[in-house]
Amino acid sequence: MKVLVPVKRVIDYNVKARVKADGSGVDLANVKMSMNPFDEISVEQAVRMKEAGTATEIVIVSIGPAAAQETIRTALAMGGDRGILVKTDQTVEPLAVAKILKIITEQEGADIVILGKQAIDDDSNQTGQMLAALLGRSQATFASEVKIEGGKAEVTREVDGGLQTIRVNLPTVITVDLRLNEPRYASLPNIMKARKKPIDEKTPEDYGVDITPRLKVLKTTEPPVRTAGVKVESVQELVAKLRNEAGVI
Amino acid sequence: MNAESNLDVEDPQITQIRQSVIALCGNFPGEYWRDLDQKREYPTAFVRALTEAGFLAVLIPEEYGGSGLGLTAAAAVLEEIQRSGCNGAACHAQMYIMGTILRHGSAEQKARWLPRIASGELRLQAFGVSEPSNGTDTLSLKTRAVRQGDHYIVNGQKIWTSRAEHSDLMLLLARTTPKEEAKSRSHGLSVFVVDMQKAVGNGMTIKPIRTMINHSTTQVFFDDMKVPAENLLGEEGQGFKYILTGMNAERVLIGAETIGDARWFIKKAVDYANGRNVFGGPISKNQGIQFPIAKAYAQTEAANLMVQKAARLYEQGKDIGAEANMAKMLAAEASWAAADMCLQTHGGYGFAEEYDVERKLRETRLYQIAPISTNLILSYLAEHVLGMPRSY
Repeated sequence: MKVLVPVKRVIDYNVKARVKADGSGVDLANVKMSMNPFDEISVEQAVRMKEAGTATEIVIVSIGPAAAQETIRTALAMGGDRGILVKTDQTVEPLAVAKILKIITEQEGADIVILGKQAIDDDSNQTGQMLAALLGRSQATFASEVKIEGGKAEVTREVDGGLQTIRVNLPTVITVDLRLNEPRYASLPNIMKARKKPIDEKTPEDYGVDITPRLKVLKTTEPPVRTAGVKVESVQELVAKLRNEAGVI
Repeated sequence: MNAESNLDVEDPQITQIRQSVIALCGNFPGEYWRDLDQKREYPTAFVRALTEAGFLAVLIPEEYGGSGLGLTAAAAVLEEIQRSGCNGAACHAQMYIMGTILRHGSAEQKARWLPRIASGELRLQAFGVSEPSNGTDTLSLKTRAVRQGDHYIVNGQKIWTSRAEHSDLMLLLARTTPKEEAKSRSHGLSVFVVDMQKAVGNGMTIKPIRTMINHSTTQVFFDDMKVPAENLLGEEGQGFKYILTGMNAERVLIGAETIGDARWFIKKAVDYANGRNVFGGPISKNQGIQFPIAKAYAQTEAANLMVQKAARLYEQGKDIGAEANMAKMLAAEASWAAADMCLQTHGGYGFAEEYDVERKLRETRLYQIAPISTNLILSYLAEHVLGMPRSY
C-alpha cells in the first residue's frame, strides 16, 4: 500500500510572528522555518504503518520554495522513502494545493493520503477535505487514532464534544490531529541516509495547475495586546459589572 | 525571541542535526536534571537516547559504524544539548576520546574497538591524564608503565578522571621511559587503551570525588595493573604527541558546549525579564536589565565565531593549537558572563533550584578550569603565538 504524505514548510512554532511594516503579510525574512507540526504527525503515522507492514512505500510531497526541499529531507530522515518537490515561490492556496495533490495521488497510485489537519501559518484546514472531494474519495478528518484493516480504515476523530469513530473505504484521505502520536526525532544515521534518498523536482505547470491566488489579502495585523483583567470581591460585583460595564447580561 | 535569525546559511544537514537533537532533548526537561543533580546520579536514560540516535558516533568513520562527519557537526550536537538545558558532560568524551585510536591505532585496534564504540556497546569516555602532583604539567606525570613480556605493569594514580565509573575503556597516558632517560622533554609517555571491566579489582581502584556539580569525576589508582602490550597505541614513547591533537578537538567541542550554555542563559533571561512584571511593567523595559543581556548576546556571538573557525580549520587538517585554545577560553568566558547575567536578571528566583539557573551556572563554571584552565591558555598564546618567553 502506497502512502502519500504532503508536508508544508512554515514559520517555526517557537518563533514570534511579526507583521511586515506595510501590513501585507507576516515577515519571513531570516526567520526560522520548520515542518508544520501537524505534518510531522502525518509522517510519523505513515512511518508506523510501514513499520507495521501496512504501508510499502511513503512518498513525501511539498509545494513551496526551493528551501522546502529541507522539509522533505526531514520527513525522509524520519522514514519517508522518496520525495517530490513542487517548486514555486508564489503563495499557493488550499484549492491549488489540493489540485496538484490530486494529480500526484493519481499518478503515484497512492492508496492513502495522510495530511496535517491544518498548517500553523494560515490555519486554513481545507486542503485534505478539498483533496478528498476532487479525488471522489472518502475522507476521515481530525484523526486521533487510525486502524487499517481489510481495505477499510477505522478512524477516531476529534470532534466538538468528544470522539467519533468512523469506518471509511480505501482509498481514502486522512487528516491528523495533535493527539494521534508523538513524532520521532530522526537518528543521525537516518539523517545521513535521507541525504541520499531521491527528490523529484517539479513545478505547478508540470501538473497544469493554475496557482494564481483566488483570494486577496486586504491586511495583516498583530493580534491586539491583551490587557490586564480585574479582580472582583463578590458575585454581586461580578454581576453588576457584567450588566453595567460589559453589557452582556 | 527571534535570536534564531541567522544571516549565515548553514549546511542544511547540520541544521537538521540540530533540530533532531533539540527534539531528543525535549524528553529530558529541567526536572530530570534537577533530580539527578540532587542525587548525584548519572543521566543513564539521556545518554542511552543520545547513543541510540547515533549522535555520540558522529565523528566515527562510516566504515566503523559511525556517521563520519566533521567537528562542526559534533559541535552542533553538543551546542544544542547545552542550549536545551541538558548536560552533555556526561558523555561528550564518548565522541572524541576515540579520536586517538582512530588516528594512531593499528588497523587491528581500530577494527577491534571502534565499531563497538560506535554502537555504544563499549563506552570509551574516561581519559586518565591528570595526576595529583602535576596538574596541567602533563609531562611531569608519574604513573609508570613498565614492559614485562607481553604486558605492561602500571603503577600510579590519576585524578579528575571523569566518568570512570561509567566507562568500559580508559585511555591512559603513562610514562614508559623515566623522565631523566627520555630523549626529549616530550618523549617517554605512552598511550594505552585499558579494559576497565577487567582492570577494576585487578590493579585498578576507582574512588568518586563529590564536587559542586553532578559530574561523576573520580580518582583512579593503579597497583600493579596489567595491560596487554597489544593495547599500546602507536609507538612507545610518542604518547604526548598523540594526545595533543585530541585535546584540540576537545577544546573546540567544549567551546561549542559553552556557546550552547550561553544561549540557554540568554533565552532564559529574556523570557524571564519579559514575563516578570514589577513597578507596573515587565522588567525587560529597563535598560539596566536589557543591556547586560544584550552584551552577553554579543559576547556569545563573537565567541561562537572563533569556535566555528577552529572547527572548520580542524576539518581542513590544520594545526589549530591557538584557535582551539582561544575558542574554548572565549566561549567559556561568554557562558560564565551569561550565567552571571542570567542569575542577576532573575534576582532571588535565580537561587531557587526550580529555575535551573543556579544548576546551569555551577555546571558552566567548570569550563574555565577544565579541560584546561584559562591561565594556561593565555600562557600558550603569549609564548607560542606572540613570541614571548615561557613563563612557567
